[in-house]
Amino acid sequence: MTPMLKRTPLFEAHVAAGAKLVDFTGWEMPIQYTHGIRAEHEAVRTRAGVFDVSHMGQVQSSGPDAEAFLQHVLSNDVANIAVGGAQYSMLCNEAGGLLDDLFTYRLGADRYLTVTNAANHENDYAWMRDHTAGCDVQVEDVAGDYAMLAAQGPFAREIVEQIADSPLPPRMQAARRIILGRETLVCATGYTGEDGVELLLAPHDATAVWEELVRRGVAPCGLAARDTLRLEVCYPLYGNDLSSDRNPIEAGLGWACKEATGFIGSDVVRRAREEGTAQKLVAFKLTGPGIARQGNPVVGGGEVTSGTMSPSLGVGIGMAYVPAARATVGETLEIDVRGKMRTAVVSRKPLYTKETDG
Amino acid sequence: MAEASYPDELLYHAEHDWARLDPAQPDVATFGITWFAQDALGEVVFFDPPEVGSSVAAGEVYAEVESVKAVSDVVAPLSGEIVEVNTALADAADPINEDPYGDGWMVRVKLSDPGEAESLMDRDAYMASL
Repeated sequence: MTPMLKRTPLFEAHVAAGAKLVDFTGWEMPIQYTHGIRAEHEAVRTRAGVFDVSHMGQVQSSGPDAEAFLQHVLSNDVANIAVGGAQYSMLCNEAGGLLDDLFTYRLGADRYLTVTNAANHENDYAWMRDHTAGCDVQVEDVAGDYAMLAAQGPFAREIVEQIADSPLPPRMQAARRIILGRETLVCATGYTGEDGVELLLAPHDATAVWEELVRRGVAPCGLAARDTLRLEVCYPLYGNDLSSDRNPIEAGLGWACKEATGFIGSDVVRRAREEGTAQKLVAFKLTGPGIARQGNPVVGGGEVTSGTMSPSLGVGIGMAYVPAARATVGETLEIDVRGKMRTAVVSRKPLYTKETDG
Repeated sequence: MAEASYPDELLYHAEHDWARLDPAQPDVATFGITWFAQDALGEVVFFDPPEVGSSVAAGEVYAEVESVKAVSDVVAPLSGEIVEVNTALADAADPINEDPYGDGWMVRVKLSDPGEAESLMDRDAYMASL
């Protein structure tokens, strides 16, 4: 029997908008709306789109030792987050294996909010609870307190600002604002490579804000467009590009690890950084037709972890773990796509950049 | 095309493929996928055609179509030899969604056994199977 899927507070709005709904890690989520994936992708690259990401989880850490506790479990240097700041980091196990990649927002002097991936939320929360020893900290699962909307695109900020009580926080900052009369935590972060904000608000407030954004011309966008957008800018996706079998160094996330803080797994990460890893996560573009997909083997070792047709670039793109010696920009790869060899070239991350030097 | 449609003059295979017999040349047919198939796939971004001159067998895979999210096999409704492929789809596969019975046609096939057409469904039978 199929287990009951979880639904976000926006479920009815998605149905009314004609969304195609799919099972995404136990959540019934919109994969796309009526205009299609490419139209949604284009809306975010050129105008504004809004995603329901209420399936993502939140863990709050508060108390006198909140910073010390997060410094112990998160890979980045938590002491660098000012009040109102945001930081990307990894949650690693003792072997340096990736348990999740997450954003942490400092809401107050001793209060932090960490956003988890939906599929990992329960495990992340349990892991964090299990590693509080010696710290005067309260770790709470607050996922039920929040719906989360991601408004993304060059005009997203401007449109959200029209219904806000005051200017929105700058990039990589978070602040409380009143949005359409509703208490909202506005986080100037995202997963698309575009400017924009993520709005955390009470579940019963989410539909009104969503509908007002749509009324103002923001395109409802589903998880399929979220995937093509993030892959063009090479943001890793946990479950595809990241797993507990991989460490942050081979995943190219060493920049978000500060081993000097002594976080769980830091010894392994330090060694990996010093000695190198057998494989590395690279971005690639196919040189001819076709699309490489997750699980396609790379000839000579390694495999594709994410692959799609890039709506912006018009070619097959993706990310793959390949032997470190081949992980250099310009290297040619042969990928076995269901028995057909497709040629790809290792390319600089991000694969898509705005043409700003016109 | 946004609305479901299943033209009356086509023959249908259960794997959501159609065949159009050429009245002038009864042993040549055009193949494509149905409205139902393209709708289930979503936006098709890549069509991987067979070689002209290769043979296809009824019920077997002769090409692949990929949408943004997934790859799908295309099954031949009838047997024969590929005499033409729709090369325009190599540059832009969207006619498969926009016009699945017109510009979205995939191959033309010289049939090895035109009698196989008897086993295909007409429009009403196919629609009843959906």
